Amino acid sequence: MDRVKGIELTGAEIVVRCLQEEGVEYVFGYPGGAVLFIYDELFKQDKVKHVLVRHEQGAAHAADGYSRASQKVGVCLVTSGPGVTNAVTGIATAYMDSIPMVIISGQVPTHAIGLDAFQEVDAVGVTRPCVKHNILVKDVKDLAVAIKRAFYLARTGRPGPVLVDIPKDVTMHSCEFDYPESVAMRSYNPVKKGHAGQIKKAMQLLLEAKRPMIYTGGGVILSDAAPQLAELVHELGFPCTNTLMGLGGFPATDRQFLGMLGMHGTYEANMAMQNCDVLLAVGARFDDRVIGNPAHFAQNPRKIIHIDIDPSSISKRVKVDVPIVGHVPDVLADLLKILRASAQRPDPSAIGAWWGQIEQWRGKNCLRYDRSSKIIKPQFVIEKLYEVTGGDAIITSDVGQHQMWAAQFYKFDKPRRWINSGGLGTMGFGLPAAMGARLANPGATVACVTGESSIQMCLQELSTCKQYRLPIKIVNLNNKYMGMVRQWQQFFHGNRYSESYMDALPDFVKLAEGYGHRGVLIDKPADVEPALREAFKRKDELVFMDFITDQTENVYPMVPGGKGISEMILAEDL
Amino acid sequence: MSQRHIISILVENEAGALSRIAGLFSARAYNIESLTVAPTEDPSMSRMTIVTSGSEDVVEQITKQLNKLVEIVKVVDLSEAEHIERELMLIKVRAGQKEREDMKRMADIFRGRVIDVSDNTYTIELTGDGAKLDAFIHALDPGAILETVRTGASGIGRGNRILRV
Repeated sequence: MDRVKGIELTGAEIVVRCLQEEGVEYVFGYPGGAVLFIYDELFKQDKVKHVLVRHEQGAAHAADGYSRASQKVGVCLVTSGPGVTNAVTGIATAYMDSIPMVIISGQVPTHAIGLDAFQEVDAVGVTRPCVKHNILVKDVKDLAVAIKRAFYLARTGRPGPVLVDIPKDVTMHSCEFDYPESVAMRSYNPVKKGHAGQIKKAMQLLLEAKRPMIYTGGGVILSDAAPQLAELVHELGFPCTNTLMGLGGFPATDRQFLGMLGMHGTYEANMAMQNCDVLLAVGARFDDRVIGNPAHFAQNPRKIIHIDIDPSSISKRVKVDVPIVGHVPDVLADLLKILRASAQRPDPSAIGAWWGQIEQWRGKNCLRYDRSSKIIKPQFVIEKLYEVTGGDAIITSDVGQHQMWAAQFYKFDKPRRWINSGGLGTMGFGLPAAMGARLANPGATVACVTGESSIQMCLQELSTCKQYRLPIKIVNLNNKYMGMVRQWQQFFHGNRYSESYMDALPDFVKLAEGYGHRGVLIDKPADVEPALREAFKRKDELVFMDFITDQTENVYPMVPGGKGISEMILAEDL
Repeated sequence: MSQRHIISILVENEAGALSRIAGLFSARAYNIESLTVAPTEDPSMSRMTIVTSGSEDVVEQITKQLNKLVEIVKVVDLSEAEHIERELMLIKVRAGQKEREDMKRMADIFRGRVIDVSDNTYTIELTGDGAKLDAFIHALDPGAILETVRTGASGIGRGNRILRV
C-alpha cells in the first residue's frame, strides 16, 4: 500500500493503519468500552478482517492457532479489565510454546489509571510473566513505534507474544502518523549466525559418534528448518526423534524416525535417547516431560550438542558440551556445508550396530493396543482419522490422553500440521486454535481431536465457527473421564477417581445441532471409519463426532513423573 | 555450591523495567540480597546492581534470563573479576551525655561521619562494603541502635573494566 506520511490520525486510526501496514489479515477479538474507537475504525475499512469470538480466551487461542498454521504473527484485540484477564490463559499458552503474537488491549483513560476505574486492571502487570514483552502506551505519539516494535519483537529471536496496552483517551487523541520502516533497539539484538568454531566442533563429534541421536523440538517448526533437518538426518544416516512440539519437523513415515520421545514417547525413542553417545538437540529444551529426571538422564555419559536461538534454553536443565546459539536453519545449513566438504563419514559398522539395537527396541511394538475390542479404542479412531485424511490434515488438539494418542498415532510428515498446547497444557485450546488454523489455510482439512472434558472449556466457539462458516471436524474421544487425570489416579492414587468423572455430560449431538452444526454419535468400532468418511466428505459443514470410547484405556508407554525416560510403564501384553 | 554474586545491569530507563527485573527473580525463585538502581550520566539509561547468591549454574541462568529481557542493554557478573563495591548506611544511635564520646570515637574508627545531632541522638553516615557495615553494627551495643537504613551494594569493575554501551 502507499506509504502515508505526515497526516494527522487519531490513535484508533493509527492502530488500524499499523495493522494494515503489517499486512495483518485477521484480528481475533471481542469489543468493549475501552476499545470502541478502535472497533469504529475497523468498521470503516475492509483490509483487516475481524473475527468475533465468544470469549477472549478463544481470541488468544485462535490468533495463536492462526500463527502456528501460517508462520505469521497472530493478532488479537480485547478490551480492558476482564477482556484482557480472559485472554491471559491464551497469552500464557502462546508464551510457553514461543508463538509470535501481538495482543492489543484497551485500557481505561490515562487520567483514570490507578483509581480502580470500571473495568480497570493493570494489564501490563498481569501479563508481565507470560509475555515476551509488553508496553503501556501513554502518549499517542508513541503508539506507532510501540506497535511496530511489538510485531518486530514477536517474530524475531525466540518468538513470543507481545502485549500493547492502549488507554481509551490515547485512541481518541491524534498526532502525525508515520509508520517506521525498521526497528533499531540497542537493548535487543538477537543472534542469528551460529559460532563457526562451535559448529565445526559439533560436526566432528557427530562424525565420530558410535551411537548418535538427533532430538528436535518446536524450534525446528518455528524457524521453518524442516528441509535442512531432513537433509542433515538423511546424509548422516542417524536416528531422529521429535518432541511433542516438534512433530512434523521430521517426516513421521521416514524409517529414520523413532517416533515422539518423552513421558509418552515410544520405547525406541526413549531408549535411544538414554543410551546414545552423541546427542544433537535442535530447537528443544530438555523439559521435564521430555527427558524426565535430569539426574537419571545424566547417568549415561554422552556428549551433547545443543542448537537454540535462546541462550537461556541451553544448559538450563541439562549441561551441554557444545552450545550453539543461532537461527536453527542457518546453523543446520552450516553443519551440512561442513559435512559435505569433509571426506570423513560416520563409522558404518558402529552405526549399523546401533541401528540393530534400535530395531530391537522397535520390535517391542510399544504402541500396541487391543484391536479386537468391542468398545471403540481411542487409538483406533486416530489411526482411522489418519487414513481417512490421507495424513494431510491440520490436526489441533486439546490436552490430555486424546492429545497423546493423536501425537502417537497420527503420522505428521510436514511441519505446522500438528497444533497443540505443549508447554502450558491448556484444555480448551483445540477448537479456537482450529478456527485460526482454518482461516490461515482456507480450503485445508482441519480437525480438532479433543475429549469431552477439554471441549467444554471453549465450547462457546462453536458459535464463532457457525458465523464464519469454519467447517472444522471435531473428533471427540468421549470416555466420560478426564482421562489423563483418571490414568494418574489409577497408577499413583490407588484407583481413587477423585472428581475425574464427568457426570451429567451434555448430549453432544444435540449441542452441535443447537449451534447449527451437524452432530454424530458413534459407539461401535465398525462405525468409526464410515462416520469419519461421511464427515470429511462434508466440506462446508462443521461435524461434531462424538466417539464413545473405552473408559479404561491408558496412554502407553508412560514415564511416571520424576522417573528417568528409560523407566517406562508399557502396555500389558495382549 | 552457593556463592554470592554481584551483578551489574544497564537497563533502559523505562517505566516497568524495575518490576520486570524484580518479577523475573521471584518468578524463577532466584535470591535477591539487595538491589540498587539510579539513572546514569545518560538519563535514558539506568544502572542497577543486584547482589544474589546461587550455584554457578543458577547464576549463569540468572544472567541469561536477564539478558533476555527486552529492556536490558547489558549484564555483567562483576564477581567474575576484580571489582569494588560500596554500600552506604545511615544509622541513628542513642547518644546522650553518657554515650556521646564513645559513639563519636567508634564512628571515627570506622571512618563514619556524624551528619546529624540532637540532644540524645547521632546520625552517622558510613560507607564501605557490606562486611564493614555489618562490623560497625556488631561493634555497637544493640540497645544503642535506634534506626538503620542501608542502600545495598553498588559495584564497579577495577581498572579498565568498563560497563557501558
